[in-house]
Amino acid sequence: MIKYVSIYSILNNKGKIMDSKLVFYILKRLGLAILTIFLVITITFFAMNAIPGGPFLAERSPSPEVIAILEAKYGLDKPVGEQYINYLKGLISFDFGPSIKQRGREVIDIITEGFKNSAKIGGIAALLAVASGITLGSVAAIKRNKWADKTIMVASTAFVAMPSFIIATLLLILFCLEIPIFPARGDTFAGLILPIFALSLYPMSYITRLTRSSMLDVLGQDYIRTARAKGVEAKKVIYKHALKNALIAVITYIGPMIAYILTGSLVIEKIFSVPGLGRAFINSITNRDYTMIMGTTIFLATLVILMNLVTDILYKFVDPRIDFS
Amino acid sequence: MEKPRKNPFSLQLRAEDFLPATEEEKSQQDQMRESVTFFKDGVRKLKKNVIAMICFWIIVTISLMAIFVPMIYPYSYNEQLGLEQFQSVDSSYSNLKPFQYGETELQRIEDGEKIFPHIFGTDSLGRDYFIRVVYGTRISLAVGFFASLLVLMIGLIYGSISGYAGGKTDLIMMRFVDIIYALPDMLIIILLAVVLKTTINIEGTILASLGTNMVSIFIVFGLLYWVGMARLIRGQILSVKEQEFVLAAKSIGASPFRIITKHLLPNCISVIIISTALQIPSAIFTESFLSFIGLGVSVPMPSLGSLANDALGGIVSYTYRLVIPSITIFLLVLSFNLFGDGLRDAFDPKLKN
Repeated sequence: MIKYVSIYSILNNKGKIMDSKLVFYILKRLGLAILTIFLVITITFFAMNAIPGGPFLAERSPSPEVIAILEAKYGLDKPVGEQYINYLKGLISFDFGPSIKQRGREVIDIITEGFKNSAKIGGIAALLAVASGITLGSVAAIKRNKWADKTIMVASTAFVAMPSFIIATLLLILFCLEIPIFPARGDTFAGLILPIFALSLYPMSYITRLTRSSMLDVLGQDYIRTARAKGVEAKKVIYKHALKNALIAVITYIGPMIAYILTGSLVIEKIFSVPGLGRAFINSITNRDYTMIMGTTIFLATLVILMNLVTDILYKFVDPRIDFS
Repeated sequence: MEKPRKNPFSLQLRAEDFLPATEEEKSQQDQMRESVTFFKDGVRKLKKNVIAMICFWIIVTISLMAIFVPMIYPYSYNEQLGLEQFQSVDSSYSNLKPFQYGETELQRIEDGEKIFPHIFGTDSLGRDYFIRVVYGTRISLAVGFFASLLVLMIGLIYGSISGYAGGKTDLIMMRFVDIIYALPDMLIIILLAVVLKTTINIEGTILASLGTNMVSIFIVFGLLYWVGMARLIRGQILSVKEQEFVLAAKSIGASPFRIITKHLLPNCISVIIISTALQIPSAIFTESFLSFIGLGVSVPMPSLGSLANDALGGIVSYTYRLVIPSITIFLLVLSFNLFGDGLRDAFDPKLKN
């Protein structure tokens, strides 16, 4: 039998949650996260170095002397081991080196500039997905097997099976070309509405399904019957007892959702020409801008790993029923 | 007259005990109904699930079409129709709308010849679009199927060793899994796809016919996606391995290999099949994503994702060229998802009752 403790009582008893087990768990996860980030850096560095030809071999290939000068400038003439150490040293001070294809620009500048736009879209999309997903999921659970539930479930099942790039392109055709309500370029605010919507559809459907099933699970628990039996208002039972516990499942999805939105934004920014990090990443892949690919991969990967870490710790923090083994 | 009472310990046999059984007695041994095995029970439940069965038949129909239509279809996926030797390209074959014909074909029809119609028209290079969609579906299905099989095999070996060995071995193996699990998969896949495209050399091997990009897709799947499967199988093995029949097998000297393959894995087979089935749509998804950003299968080979990507060029006049592969991806992924759910409802022992 699972012992039920409400979230409130746990947050009030601070002495109880921050026990040694939780501290140990957090430390373990932190160590694992650092190790993973280190692994990402290593994989990225050596993978990029494995590509034959180097970054300066283009169609209009410069002369060998020029290549030698360029390689000396970017430190590419040193042995791979030394380059790796130098790159690691640079990373500690957030120095991703200069972009090879975009002359005179630092990778970190391109990343911060693009990330401002991507974070705006991604952040709003995440909020939209969580807010509407939870609402739709709870409605579906409360109106179980009624038409509202059925409509919501059919729609969310369908949207989970549709790749985001297809949704984005279809939206673009429909609302920018056929019925021109929104501008096709994502520079202005009106132009950001469609990319945000396209990005949030999948996580929204996922959260809807997640909320519905965990809500149904909670609604069948004994303590809900107890609350109803002692005459608590129906609304209060839903908000205070059921929803709060059903949301714990949603917290676990926050980490994967951020990873999804980040990778989804890669194509969606390309489709809607949003000047964001995703578009910069795809462009750097097509241009073979190695320092840029490395910088962006490491930046995005670190972001995803840290978000997963925060989600997992938050999850254990909120739900006291989980053990730390 | 009273029969003499037989001493219960007497060895004297009674003749009537040895008479042949009558028909009535025999009929009591007959099985009125065949006993329902776990598998049969699952199939019965699955057959009752209408949505899952519809999805199953959609998958079967699409797969059969993808396999057999290219064999009998008069055009091939990389054949440029307006292209003839020693002549300039006949541009009347490019960008045909559905059920239109090229100029020389119209000529031949007038001469009374029967020509197979271009059901979805042709693409910008004059290739029959219907066969490209069918062939693309074949590629996407093959990637989904073989990638899942690869994931299953690696996960099966790794997970069962880790789960059976236990202790320190398990701890170290699972830490390794944790690290790979925490890697942001899509980013690493894109990175590896970029690198592998240029670095691996498969000339002269049996893999050469697949193309470098396809092989690199399998490699990245094999490198990253097995961890989920390994975790699942380890968990299953852990839950079964403490049971008495495993102890019995150990005590008569069965080797660990035999115990894993004969006793442990058959007991978690349903969970393994369900998660493999659910792996296929996610592999199709990933492949279409990679193809869409230009890292998927190599030209002229089509996949559903690369067809969608190619369609972006003429998106305004030829919208259907995007819609057709999109609907195919949607149908495939949806059917696999729902059929996988149906499988889980029917076969997962945890959901019983």
